[in-house]
Amino acid sequence: MHVGIIFFLVILGSVLFHIFTPWYWTDVASNWGGMDDTITLTFWIGGGVFIAVCLFMVYCVFKFSYKKDRKAEYKPEDKKLEKILTWATTLGVAALLAPGLIIWNQYVNVPKNAIEIDVMAWQWGWQYRLPGEDGKLGTTKVVNINDNNPFGINLDDPFGNDDVMIQSDVINLENNRPVKILLRSVDVLHNWYVPQFRAKMDAVPGIVTYYWFEPNKTGEFEVLCAEYCGVGHYAMRGGVEVQDKQDYDNWLQQQETFSDLIAKQKILENEKTKLAKK
Amino acid sequence: MSEDFNDNKTIQAQSSETISGGGSGITPDMDYVRPAEVGEQDLYHGHSFITKWIFCQDAKVIGVQYFLLATFTGIIGLILSWLMRLQLGFPGLAPFMTAEHYYQFVTMHGMIMVVYFLTALFLGGFGNYLIPLMVGARDMVFPYLNMVSFWSFFVAVGVLLASFFVPGGPTGSGWTLYPPQAILEGTPGSGYGIMLMCISLILFVAGFTMGGLNYLITVLQARTRGMTLMRMPLTVWGIFTATVLAMLAFPALLVGALMMSLDNVLGTSFFMPTILKAGEVLEYGGGSPILFQHLFWFFGHPEVYIVALPAFGIISDLISVHARKNIFGYRMMVWAIVGIGALSFFVWAHHMYVSGMNPWFGFFFATTTLIIAVPTAMKVYNWILTLWRGNIRLNTVMLWCLGFIVTFVNGGITGIFLGNVSVDVPLSDTYFVIAHFHMVMGIAPLMVIMGAVYHWFPLVAGRFLDEKLGKWHFWLTFLGAYSIYFPMHYLGFIGVPRRYFEMYDSPYVTSAVGMNEFISLAAFIVGAAQFILIYNIVKTLKTGKPAGHNPWQACSLEWLTPTVPPEHGNWGDRLPTVHRWAYDYSVPGAKEDFITQTTPPSEVAHTKVEKT
Repeated sequence: MHVGIIFFLVILGSVLFHIFTPWYWTDVASNWGGMDDTITLTFWIGGGVFIAVCLFMVYCVFKFSYKKDRKAEYKPEDKKLEKILTWATTLGVAALLAPGLIIWNQYVNVPKNAIEIDVMAWQWGWQYRLPGEDGKLGTTKVVNINDNNPFGINLDDPFGNDDVMIQSDVINLENNRPVKILLRSVDVLHNWYVPQFRAKMDAVPGIVTYYWFEPNKTGEFEVLCAEYCGVGHYAMRGGVEVQDKQDYDNWLQQQETFSDLIAKQKILENEKTKLAKK
Repeated sequence: MSEDFNDNKTIQAQSSETISGGGSGITPDMDYVRPAEVGEQDLYHGHSFITKWIFCQDAKVIGVQYFLLATFTGIIGLILSWLMRLQLGFPGLAPFMTAEHYYQFVTMHGMIMVVYFLTALFLGGFGNYLIPLMVGARDMVFPYLNMVSFWSFFVAVGVLLASFFVPGGPTGSGWTLYPPQAILEGTPGSGYGIMLMCISLILFVAGFTMGGLNYLITVLQARTRGMTLMRMPLTVWGIFTATVLAMLAFPALLVGALMMSLDNVLGTSFFMPTILKAGEVLEYGGGSPILFQHLFWFFGHPEVYIVALPAFGIISDLISVHARKNIFGYRMMVWAIVGIGALSFFVWAHHMYVSGMNPWFGFFFATTTLIIAVPTAMKVYNWILTLWRGNIRLNTVMLWCLGFIVTFVNGGITGIFLGNVSVDVPLSDTYFVIAHFHMVMGIAPLMVIMGAVYHWFPLVAGRFLDEKLGKWHFWLTFLGAYSIYFPMHYLGFIGVPRRYFEMYDSPYVTSAVGMNEFISLAAFIVGAAQFILIYNIVKTLKTGKPAGHNPWQACSLEWLTPTVPPEHGNWGDRLPTVHRWAYDYSVPGAKEDFITQTTPPSEVAHTKVEKT
């Protein structure tokens, strides 16, 4: 008797925990609210199956526990029942898969007006690059990276000169404007993840990966590395500040471009040579 | 040539004589069983202590050896999990717990539990002990190879544990061993640690292949007369299919480990692109880190089913025996096992939705993954339908079965979240994943192992385990493990990433501190509860209630040996002859509520038994 009761309480406890949990997802701050909806749908269908199966089991425990003078039913198969269950399950699974695939289709197709952001990862930090007035990012190579060229931009690529370089682990984004995150890494796997945006993708050394989202809440968010990248993984944090257009434009104005950096370095070098001559 | 042919004929003639000579002397046609096609196997009988108990060729002893060594390794994995939970629940409490150590413990815990504990225990342990007994063979078909298989496993475990004592310690690259970080500084154990891990895995795969060939060929070739494939207990079906998967999946792990070792030692670039490390460009170039992930998960996903399918098989048998009812929809169950096994090779990249592989793969792998939910759900339905109108003995074995159903359904449903590509995006690499796979392939298979231990201990040792201790063991484990992993899903919803040594003060996770402490405390209790089983075994080995023959009134062959525990050779003078499937429980009209597989139809002619 008590066996059935305890199992019943486990099921009841699970449901109550789910209803009253103080631990639940953060408020979504991007266009990916559909992912939350699919999760909710999966909770309804999956949770329903879980409860039904477990309650059926508990009922059997109450109703059919051992009695010496009773014999179990002898029924090797029930083709009809098995067929119904197969089709019902298939239907349920399809109902979950369809919205999942629809959202995935949105996830892999980036809107044309998305601004591209180069997110460069290393052990253990981030830095960011935005396209300049030409709207295009310059191409890069890992071997080009040095103190004078922190992003490894190909010097013969004209698109690179006006790229905006943000050598900080915090980046600002414009509210309600889609961004395409272009991820690359110079050493090991990383993953640029903001829980409130829901989206994520690994940065893989050797290739450029991408994903996109559209922030829809202003404010500061924490960036976490979501792919294990060695002993400093847990400390590899960054930040995002989502701003309205005007604030964002102001911020953007103050950032340095690649040609600014080159010019600055030339001045520095000239001074150095002057000093050496003296 | 012609002589060989004659020999064959003699054997056939002899065997048919044996049939008609046996039994009561009158053998009606309805009891006819096809004669044996080949002669009986010669067995090597050990004479000294060493050949009987150490370098032993008896599959039952090898099974117990596998079981003990896997359990020993599993206890190490358990202790590592305690240390991890200590850090997560009470950071800073243990002064030796640095980030390096934390990641090393995470890695070793994962690899030990998946490969050296669960896989070795299900296939090496239960496979060796049960396959020959359940199909009515005298032993595995290649006993010597079987012995070598165990000792390869022994050396593999030795090499794995040796990595705790090399400079740099064991690898801390996560159990997935992803390059480039696995072999670059910045990950603990990137030199000797990962090298020993790869060597150990290679040895494990080699040893496992020897064992696996044995299981397959024994099932295919050494079944006794009358034991058709569709009369085999589901335990054998589960282990058999899992072994087929292992034979196809482990080679991918083997080449992955080998290629990564070459990258590490010889400086090849299979998985290594151009890399900038501490301001210097390393001498690698052109390799693909994602290639390793494909190789790893081509192994890694079938690996889940290598653990799950034997568990499915065993649980089916346990439920059937203790519910005194035939397993519902046996044929469906067999086809589900085979179908899940086949499908498991087409779903691997659902571990890689956000890995940076071409995202268009997501459509394919999400579809295949959700398709696999259908046969899996059918199995669940059939387990609970087996309970329906059964005559359920609520003993310790059945408790583990019920615990399995709850944890498996729970973990299976969270699998639908993660398999459904776009739902996976927010949840992947968070604690939701940790909770999911521990529930579905940690706790659920553990429930099966424990149920199986309480079920078959009377066969192996001839005595019952103590029921009272068993119930304490079950309730502490089940309720404890459920309260570890059920709330853990919600950490994942918050967005807490996995493999974090410390959360610092991330604004949105401060609320989770209390939960982490609770989970850690539960983990300490559940871990400690496992020692109840060890105490139970030690206590009852000498003083437990003697079990006698077929103590559970089961139908399958392993309970029908002339001696309990079975001796080397299993069957005394004559191999058993099989007349039915392993599930004729509660047949209307039968004297008792079970008809053993060896009972000829003429003895139960008056019952309403269906032909199987």
